[in-house]
Amino acid sequence: MSSIVVAEHDSEARAAHPLAGAASAPSAGAPIALSVHRVAKSFDRGPAGRWWHWLQRAAPRAARLVMAVDGVSFEVRRGEIVGILGANGSGKSTLIRLISTLLLPDAGTITVFGLDVVREAMRVRWLINRVSVDAAFFKKLSPMENLIYAARLYNLDAREARRRSLELLERLGIGHKEALAPMEQMSRGMQQKVAIARALLTSPVLLLLDEPTTGLDPRSKRDVQQFVQQLRATHDATVVLTTHDMDEADRLCDRIGVLNRGRLVALDSPAALKARTRAETDAGPEPTLEDVFMHLTGLAVDEATGEVTATIAEAAAEPVELEGQEAKAI
Amino acid sequence: MMTTAAERAAPPAPPGWPRRWRALQREANAGYAFVERNWNLTRRYLGWEIVWLVYQLVNGLSILFIAAATEQITGQPVDTSFLILYLLIGTTLWQYLSEVFSNVAETITWERWEGTIEYTLMAPVSRFVHLVGSCIYAVTYGVIRALAVFIVVVLIFHVHLDQANVGTAAMIVAAGSVSVIGLAIYCAILPLLFTERGAQMTFVVNSVLLLISGVYYPTEVLPGWLRMFSPLSPITYVLRSVRAALLEGAPLSAVAGDLVVLAMMGALLVPSGIYAFSVAERFAKRTGRLKRSG
Repeated sequence: MSSIVVAEHDSEARAAHPLAGAASAPSAGAPIALSVHRVAKSFDRGPAGRWWHWLQRAAPRAARLVMAVDGVSFEVRRGEIVGILGANGSGKSTLIRLISTLLLPDAGTITVFGLDVVREAMRVRWLINRVSVDAAFFKKLSPMENLIYAARLYNLDAREARRRSLELLERLGIGHKEALAPMEQMSRGMQQKVAIARALLTSPVLLLLDEPTTGLDPRSKRDVQQFVQQLRATHDATVVLTTHDMDEADRLCDRIGVLNRGRLVALDSPAALKARTRAETDAGPEPTLEDVFMHLTGLAVDEATGEVTATIAEAAAEPVELEGQEAKAI
Repeated sequence: MMTTAAERAAPPAPPGWPRRWRALQREANAGYAFVERNWNLTRRYLGWEIVWLVYQLVNGLSILFIAAATEQITGQPVDTSFLILYLLIGTTLWQYLSEVFSNVAETITWERWEGTIEYTLMAPVSRFVHLVGSCIYAVTYGVIRALAVFIVVVLIFHVHLDQANVGTAAMIVAAGSVSVIGLAIYCAILPLLFTERGAQMTFVVNSVLLLISGVYYPTEVLPGWLRMFSPLSPITYVLRSVRAALLEGAPLSAVAGDLVVLAMMGALLVPSGIYAFSVAERFAKRTGRLKRSG
């Protein structure tokens, strides 16, 4: 456990970061918080209930397999906010589940502060928390009851957790009265804020945010994004964030990875990704992250719905293996 | 000041406090999380709780009124008091044991319904503690409900338990509860492996237990092909021994055989069930079956 006790980020890096003093980029020497090495995960499509689906059993297993994550490698340093962009079905949530110990990889290794997520799953669970796209709560229970349940699971003192829960909920705009009412009476945006409060309550050192703002109204989305920005300064957390929202990724992340059909085709700072796109395409002098995404995946983003539709043929980009801040084609 | 996750995972032991004690305290806190959560859910679903309690009471009373009317229906002399007590034991024990069975077997089903399965299974809590927490609540809840129904029925039918050996009955029920919990842990695996049909399978198992265990009749009346399954149900031994203890005042020595069978079932089913659950959880994680929608 000693490997997770590290020095504070250096003050120069904190001061130089563009996020208005609220957050700080990690120094190059910061320890590795998350290491994903050549990780692969496939699923068997299998019969889906109809009699003709059972005929698929006759097909060779290899033909039934869907490759969700395909040889992904990258590292995240302590204090970093790394975004993972990708279309629906590109493997973002599978990757988050693999890190969360909710799925077992077919190949490769994942370590969180040096602890293997398969062999040392229980120790890893003390260090992480996850906010998923669906706020997973007992909806009949109040936010406070849900948070106290979480607090006990993570061995927090209930009285202290109650005080801290109220404090966190208040910061997210959820008053005392709402904190005691059933969650089914809350909007989805409010529920998502409670999910974030629950994750923070357990003080994770690695926070996994799986599309935390998908489906939220603009106001709720902005509140959640502001809260993520404050996280680094107040909670010393490393964040891995998956999203469809290009602006969100651009605003929040130190580095952005692009997943395409389970393969990580790029991982770099937003500025570097844009520079690469400018050099390799005719996207103009000021390419957006959407241009980057289209260039790397061959997909266009429908910003109004957050849905992604294929409009360009096969992407030209090759998968890359990424070590720390550097990327090289394989 | 809040402790970090790492400090909570390996809390420093104060001088003189063994580390094992701290670990036990941590597990107790986690186990209580499930008890408290289920209690909160019961409070929030209070309307439904009352509905089910009324249903159980009416169901129990209806069966006992059949016993009360048997002499009138058949026109033959019947020991009505004996028959009422015989059925009351069956009704009460079935309500208690099936409640325990359902609560434990549906541990995963509830999480799937609520969409919290991934959150709960990624928490730093061993499956043993998770299941123990669920079982403690299930037993407490089952005892309270069954007692409530029992007391009302006893008051209405003026049942006499003069020669009952309550101590023997209590020991049998305790041993039987453990073995039923073991069986229920195995059934809790089904919703883990089969995202939609698991809960249906669990319900079928519960129904079959009602049929083969002799809840309202001696198992001897079952056809041979069905009767051969009766010894597989721990409830069969519980009912037989508790009836002997309450109806005939049988001492513990008279039901020792059933007690040994129940103890062996519990000793075998609970640890092997927890192990099987962990294997199934690993399978579910390998195949991606923890996702709510499957």
